[in-house]
Amino acid sequence: MATQHSRSAARLMMAPAVILLLGWMLLPLTMTLVLSFKKYLPLRGGDLGWVGFDNYVRFVSSSAFWPAVTTTLIVVGGVLIITVALGVLLALLLDQPMWGQGIVRILVIAPFFVMPTVSGLVWKNMFMDPVNGFFAHLSKAFGAEPIQWLSQASLPSLIMIISWQWLPFATLILLTAIQSLDSEQVEAAEMDGAGAISRFRFIVLPHLARAMTVVVLIQTIFLLSVFAEIFVTTAGAFGTKTLTYLIFQRVLESQNVGLGSAGGVYAIILANLVALFLMRVVGKNLDA
Amino acid sequence: MGQIHLDKVSKCFGDVEVIPPLDLEIEDGEFVVFVGPSGCGKSTLLRLIAGLEDVSGGQVLIDGHDATTISPAKRGLAMVFQSYALYPHMSVRKNIAFPLRMAGLDKTEQDKRVVQAADVLNLTDYLDRRPGQLSGGQRQRVAIGRAIVREPAAFLFDEPLSNLDAALRVGMRLEISELHKRLATTMIYVTHDQVEAMTMADKIVVLNAGVVEQVGSPLELYHQPCNTFVAGFIGSPKMNLVQGEEAASYNATTIGIRPEHVMISKDNGLWKGTVGVSEHLGSDTFFHVKCDAFSAPLTVRASGAVELDYGASVFLSPDTSKLHRFDQTGQRLS
Repeated sequence: MATQHSRSAARLMMAPAVILLLGWMLLPLTMTLVLSFKKYLPLRGGDLGWVGFDNYVRFVSSSAFWPAVTTTLIVVGGVLIITVALGVLLALLLDQPMWGQGIVRILVIAPFFVMPTVSGLVWKNMFMDPVNGFFAHLSKAFGAEPIQWLSQASLPSLIMIISWQWLPFATLILLTAIQSLDSEQVEAAEMDGAGAISRFRFIVLPHLARAMTVVVLIQTIFLLSVFAEIFVTTAGAFGTKTLTYLIFQRVLESQNVGLGSAGGVYAIILANLVALFLMRVVGKNLDA
Repeated sequence: MGQIHLDKVSKCFGDVEVIPPLDLEIEDGEFVVFVGPSGCGKSTLLRLIAGLEDVSGGQVLIDGHDATTISPAKRGLAMVFQSYALYPHMSVRKNIAFPLRMAGLDKTEQDKRVVQAADVLNLTDYLDRRPGQLSGGQRQRVAIGRAIVREPAAFLFDEPLSNLDAALRVGMRLEISELHKRLATTMIYVTHDQVEAMTMADKIVVLNAGVVEQVGSPLELYHQPCNTFVAGFIGSPKMNLVQGEEAASYNATTIGIRPEHVMISKDNGLWKGTVGVSEHLGSDTFFHVKCDAFSAPLTVRASGAVELDYGASVFLSPDTSKLHRFDQTGQRLS
């Protein structure tokens, strides 16, 4: 790729892919921007003209807006904390030599292969159902009143379901990171008088910092747009309405595309704020 | 104090016996080198002494106390690893201070000792750098620094120079020898390089397949190898070991003659042969000579002034007083 010629040839050959990707990204983005400045009600007259920043003002001033932002942040934060913490523990556990290691590792990864809709329904009907769910039976076995998970503890339930889904991802990445730790480093620390906890604190944890950063950043991208799990469990009720879900309601339930698009733009801004915050906090771990 | 005694120590991995029961005595202040080909169990032996591996049988005594079941940290030994095993996310200062921090020393004492060690090892300018920003030799010194701050009873080195380039290796070899003279602490050093063993050791332990072949000073091993393995392993270039009729004429199954103890001449000598490849080092030249009497070529060391072409006819005569004779089991015949 050194010569002028080969470089321009490379550019030419990459062009179709780049243009396709740009179109893929830019077209919906532009449409969202355009629609957000319009009063657009598909079933009540369609395009009713430009309205300036009306949609933006209405979206923010809605009583559902700030709770939705808070809920989004709580869900993302909660899932991140749980998956990273449990992921580290599970990875440490799976790194130990044990009988049936291969099968156990596959089992641990399994939840990741379950579709969000399916896992949401499985959790809702088989575990969290207050009459027939596993947890209800468990409570009754101990003589306690079954918890109505999705209505009484809706947000923790939601976080639990999503964490269950994403734990395999975190575990997998952290496990590979642990396996790449130089065993001589651990032995050196052992010779230096570090006990198991000190070794974890001073050697293993710093080594995992980069992998944790990757886990946090990638999960955040996906968690900000979590939808299916909410749709099939609470349908946004009981304080589980995230920003994504609010936008969905505005567009499809209220049939107000303009208002929803404005919400979409807010979602982009929120995602960028979160990304900026995360890069500040953990981004430096990515430097070599 | 750093006297280490191995009493019938053995090690098995599963059904494989890597080290059959072995006895070894290491005196206080000695520089002992374990040398052997790769896979001979020398690193395993070192790790048994360090406590990083559990012994399968026998006892490890450090200063007369049974240390067999004591954890590595409590044995009072410090180890320098082949990969240096520095902590990449800590500065050099923190790396060196780590064992002190783990021992719970107060901050001022830690600093004092780190500065002292850095001074000894010429690391003062690099204290605030990360290991990733150092060269191989500097990393090596940091690893040694981390070992010396603990003031251990003995240092264990696991092939510490194998990752360095040749020139640096010679320099570090000197530095480690110098350090040993200054600290007068027991050092156990593992290497597969017999030159390192010869130049640094007070006592060399030659290992082969987990068995101690011979223990002795470098010159003892050079002059009186007790079997063909030691004879072939110690010395560079390798000793010529020949069998057959010529050996029988010396009442031995195998005879060994070092390249430096063979005279090469164009006119007369005991064995006739033709010159093969020659390696010129400037000061010396090594000739590989194919003799009619032997199947394998002999290596001959001559002064750099001698010049012989490929295929030239030459005569070789061994210095018979320096001849080593071995019986059919490979043991030395005196």
